[in-house]
Amino acid sequence: MSDKVLLSIRDLQVSYGGIEAVKGISFDVREGEIVTLIGANGAGKSSTLRSIVGLVKPRGGSIVFDGEDITGADTTGIVKKGVTLVPEGRRIFPDLTVLENLKIGAYMRRDSLQEDIDWVYSLFPRLKERSWQAGGTLSGGEQQMLAVGRALMSRPKLLMMDEPSLGLAPIIVRDIFSIITEIRKRGVTILLIEQNANMALQTADMGYVLETGRITISGTGDELLSNEAVKAAYLGT
Amino acid sequence: MPAATLEKKSKRGAFLSLAGVAAVLALVIVLENTLDPNRNIIVFTTLKKGAVYALVAVSMNLLNGFTGLFSLGHAGFMLLGGYAYAIFTIPSAQRESVYYMYDGSAINFSFPEFFSNLFGGSGAGGAAGMVLGMLIAIVIAGLVAALVAWLIGLPVLKLKSDYLAIATLGFAEIIRAIFQWEPGGRITNGANALKSFPTFNNFNITDAEGEIVLRLSTSVCFAISALCIFLIVLLINSSYGRAFKAIREDEVAAEAMGINLAKHKRLSFIISSFFAGVGGALFAMYVNQVQAKTFNSAMTYELLLIVVLGGMGSISGSAIAAFLYVACGEWWLRFLDSEAAFKSASDRWAFIIVLAAAAAALTALLLWRRKRQGARKFSELWTACLLGAVVLGYDIYYAASGSMEVPFLRTGFRMVVFSVIIMVVVLFFRRGLMGDKELPARLRELAAFIRRLAAKIRRPSAGGGKPGAAAGKEAGGDE
Repeated sequence: MSDKVLLSIRDLQVSYGGIEAVKGISFDVREGEIVTLIGANGAGKSSTLRSIVGLVKPRGGSIVFDGEDITGADTTGIVKKGVTLVPEGRRIFPDLTVLENLKIGAYMRRDSLQEDIDWVYSLFPRLKERSWQAGGTLSGGEQQMLAVGRALMSRPKLLMMDEPSLGLAPIIVRDIFSIITEIRKRGVTILLIEQNANMALQTADMGYVLETGRITISGTGDELLSNEAVKAAYLGT
Repeated sequence: MPAATLEKKSKRGAFLSLAGVAAVLALVIVLENTLDPNRNIIVFTTLKKGAVYALVAVSMNLLNGFTGLFSLGHAGFMLLGGYAYAIFTIPSAQRESVYYMYDGSAINFSFPEFFSNLFGGSGAGGAAGMVLGMLIAIVIAGLVAALVAWLIGLPVLKLKSDYLAIATLGFAEIIRAIFQWEPGGRITNGANALKSFPTFNNFNITDAEGEIVLRLSTSVCFAISALCIFLIVLLINSSYGRAFKAIREDEVAAEAMGINLAKHKRLSFIISSFFAGVGGALFAMYVNQVQAKTFNSAMTYELLLIVVLGGMGSISGSAIAAFLYVACGEWWLRFLDSEAAFKSASDRWAFIIVLAAAAAALTALLLWRRKRQGARKFSELWTACLLGAVVLGYDIYYAASGSMEVPFLRTGFRMVVFSVIIMVVVLFFRRGLMGDKELPARLRELAAFIRRLAAKIRRPSAGGGKPGAAAGKEAGGDE
């Protein structure tokens, strides 16, 4: 793990109309790390990710990715630079085949895709079996795999995931998280947000707790797992 | 591996489709040169109009079915194409008489004339120049429509779904009004028609005495339409086409994948309008004249109907539905508009039998669907019973009265029948003829269905030989 900071967020503020969703947060993501933001509904987790990838324009603060300021840039350019979001609720393209879904993930690239398709299929053998099936006919877990695979097709340096465990059975969640570790081994940095704090913190190198738009607690995954406040609020033990 | 065989199958399907189109084209050339054109006007009218509508419907499907932008401005873009074509092709000698209300035309340039003179004026060179000029004018027709689409796309494409439909519909009406506007008369000829421009008949090859050696008018219309549809198919199968479909399925996810929504929507809108403009030029050539009032919203609805009947997101569906629609409208259902349709008692009986058979088939179809979907949809049962009762009752009444005039057949009844067909489609066959599949895939499904049916009939114990079986076969292809 290098010490190079891949993503640096400073005093990020996001608001919708008059409502402030993120009220000035700062954190760093170092290359090769798995970083997680945890917090309750409405804490501002999704807004943070959406503003990093340019789907919403931040009201203030700065986002620096790989040494370049990407604050307020458009999504196309940000995806090209190597940031990809696996959106909340998977949002695969239901009437397109699995293969077409994957190809759309690589839309910003103009080189050969075969190697990446093979890699995604080796990560998720189920997708290979269902290659010609419409995305909408997959099970929830398979759809999540497809959403992750689709995002990987853009060869991201930073892969962001919005609640990958949402609505999935515990055993599938474990699979997804083991694959997240697998992906990290290939040199992809991962920023994920979760309500399933236990699983996320076990996997993550660094964790941040968001409460109503502010970071209240931060530390390594293990530190947060043993933190009394985190335990009481998010781990339910 | 199943994926590989499927890929092979889709490649073979593409090859078969091309071969099929080539075969149809060859057939049209043969028909055109063997059938007497004066006694079979209706056949060639149907084929030409069908080809034009197929192109325009496919271009509309690109936008509405593949990109998910619900736009109703197609008649407006066709109008632009038709006028652009006419204005740039009317020979200068005819301009005086065409624009007699406005003392001549402001534009005095005709592409066919220009190239015809360039290549020697008369004979083979002149004819080739003529054809080249016409083709250039057709492309210009498309470009004019595309340019206007780019302009109005800037504000309009920010709108979503129904708002976009309303805005584009309004645009089409505005265009129509502008082209009928008196002060523009020296260009548009106001509310009068533009005519005397070269049409498909100019593609017929003649000898020195002006006798037609080889008729190509219908087949050229087919060929241009097929070429344009082929280009659209290439676009849809490219990575742009995938991006369009992604936008249709989920805008947010598409944007998160880095697809520039505004750019791709604009691209789809412009390309769709380009081909609508080309279609407008072909339409002008088909009717021999252009008049703004023909390009009304009813025309857009006709096209929308074709797209929905054929299946949103199916190219072959739109093409087939276009020919079926035009054939019904111009030819097969014409008799519904004439009061004294029957000349003999046998005609009358044939009509009764066809009507009763149609009612029986539809009833059986509805009942079969109901059986397959379980007993949830009672409305289908009632519709079927009502339909059967009305048609049978009418048949009995009509047979008993012995009249040669059909009581409710009169001008406009065709449209009533059309409306009923639309309602039936929307209620029971929402996905249209093809759904979002193409013809080869549908034919494979149909073949599989027939095989299953045959197997059932061979083992009657498993439920073959039932009265619904025959109608069921029809349904496999229809729904």
